[in-house]
Amino acid sequence: MLKLPIYLDHNATTPMDPRVLEAMIPYFVENFGNAASRNHSFGWHAEEAVDYAREQIAQLIGADTKEIIFTSGATEGDNLGIKGVYEMYASKGNHIITCTTEHKAVLDTCKHLEKLGAEVTYLEVQPDGLINLKELEAAMKPTTILVAIMYANNEIGVIQPVKEISAIAKKHGALFFTDAVQAVGKIPVDVNADGIDLMAFTAHKMYGPKGVGALYVRRKNPRVKVTAQLDGGGHERGMRSGTLNVPGIVGFGKACELARLEMASDTERISKLRDKLETALTQLEESYVNGNPAYRLPHVSNISFKYVEGEGLMMGFNKDIALSSGSACTSASLEPSYVLKALGLGDDLAHSSLRFGLGRYTTEEQIDFTIKAVSETVLKLREMSPLWEMFKDGIDIDAIQWAHH
Amino acid sequence: MAYSDKVIDHYSNPKNVGTLDKASKSVGTGLVGAPECGDVMRLQIQVDEATGIITDAKFKTFGCGSAIASSSLATEWLKGKTIDQAVAIDNMDLVEELNLPPVKIHCSVLAEDAIKAAINDFRTKNGLAELVFEQSHV
Repeated sequence: MLKLPIYLDHNATTPMDPRVLEAMIPYFVENFGNAASRNHSFGWHAEEAVDYAREQIAQLIGADTKEIIFTSGATEGDNLGIKGVYEMYASKGNHIITCTTEHKAVLDTCKHLEKLGAEVTYLEVQPDGLINLKELEAAMKPTTILVAIMYANNEIGVIQPVKEISAIAKKHGALFFTDAVQAVGKIPVDVNADGIDLMAFTAHKMYGPKGVGALYVRRKNPRVKVTAQLDGGGHERGMRSGTLNVPGIVGFGKACELARLEMASDTERISKLRDKLETALTQLEESYVNGNPAYRLPHVSNISFKYVEGEGLMMGFNKDIALSSGSACTSASLEPSYVLKALGLGDDLAHSSLRFGLGRYTTEEQIDFTIKAVSETVLKLREMSPLWEMFKDGIDIDAIQWAHH
Repeated sequence: MAYSDKVIDHYSNPKNVGTLDKASKSVGTGLVGAPECGDVMRLQIQVDEATGIITDAKFKTFGCGSAIASSSLATEWLKGKTIDQAVAIDNMDLVEELNLPPVKIHCSVLAEDAIKAAINDFRTKNGLAELVFEQSHV
């Protein structure tokens, strides 16, 4: 029996794997100790659990355990990585390079640093969502201290050429930071093979608990340091003070272990379902996949259904299917997704997009239901759309003088 | 954000979706909004030339559920009204009837603008001066 509603918003967050919960439970009531309590068994138990989790996490990304700094999540990791480098390397320069499709946690951090004197270059992306490596190379300066480019995009799922980007940064003596929230646990990420110096990621996007994440900080070739953004007890090698979230960290570790062991089989199954969904939905007239399909996360599909508005579209099935739209009709700004606009999509196509994010528990039955519900709603709303009628009558919609509100 | 039952009802069973002959002298067409803003409404009225009563109204809308509901409700209200009565329809009446939240008030404004644009189109076609309207509530 198909159980409704269906969750297809795994880029926003994932359900917790029951095996993760099971691993966490003893660390709430029974083993509640503070990992920083050095003088009794409560503390030792907690520290042992944290050390084990650190190993599980480090193993997933090919890092050393000493390179894992626990945070409250990726927003904190982005802030600590970028602000921490900016402060620590102030004597070397003040130039940061990032791109326009980054998460707000990166973009707004960069904007904040601009106010403090940083010079930030925001690279545009190509229509397929990837940055242009030649433009990156051209943007490098003697004062460039950091290149901050995300591993995979949260809205369209495109995977940036991380190895090439890190090589360019290295060549010019800059560090490479990546927000890898959407990538870690979904696709193979190896900090050494990929040349990553700093990397933010989080547990709740990979079937772990919310409120815990990590910042990877390279220790060798080069040894990277960040200035702490929180003052306190000097936890996490002085880079991030605050009592460790032991149960959360234990869950994060378990989630990383499961991701490492099950990534290949999950990916194979989920990408088949994604492809089935995408093939079926793009059979609708005037529907377009956003983002480069060759360099893309296996579980994401972002599709624009021209001449229907995304939020109106979702209303047709949102009691049964949970997903996201690039339309920002709910926000007061009325601005559609800045990521889709950065691809050069017209506002109309950006308003018409849906993001499907599949996950570990997505079934074929759910995908079949989704294909049917989305297709029917698109057809129904097009019958109701003046733009669709104009398109069918051969009227050039772009040539109309629209009154902008 | 949850939608009100009335919005859901108009969205699920929209009233008066369709197209009237925009070349006809007895039809007024209002096309407002812009694709870039995520809302386009086309509202049409059929006016009985002898009585000045709106005998039919149709709409097509590209937009969110609240935009669709606002235009659907507007067409319902227009039918049977005289032009003078139709001019008096205020966007806040739509907001109240549909229980629209503040971020969706612009949908009702668009519907009011569509009504006025349709009326003026009808007037122009019939040799009457366009009415000048005050700014609606935003």
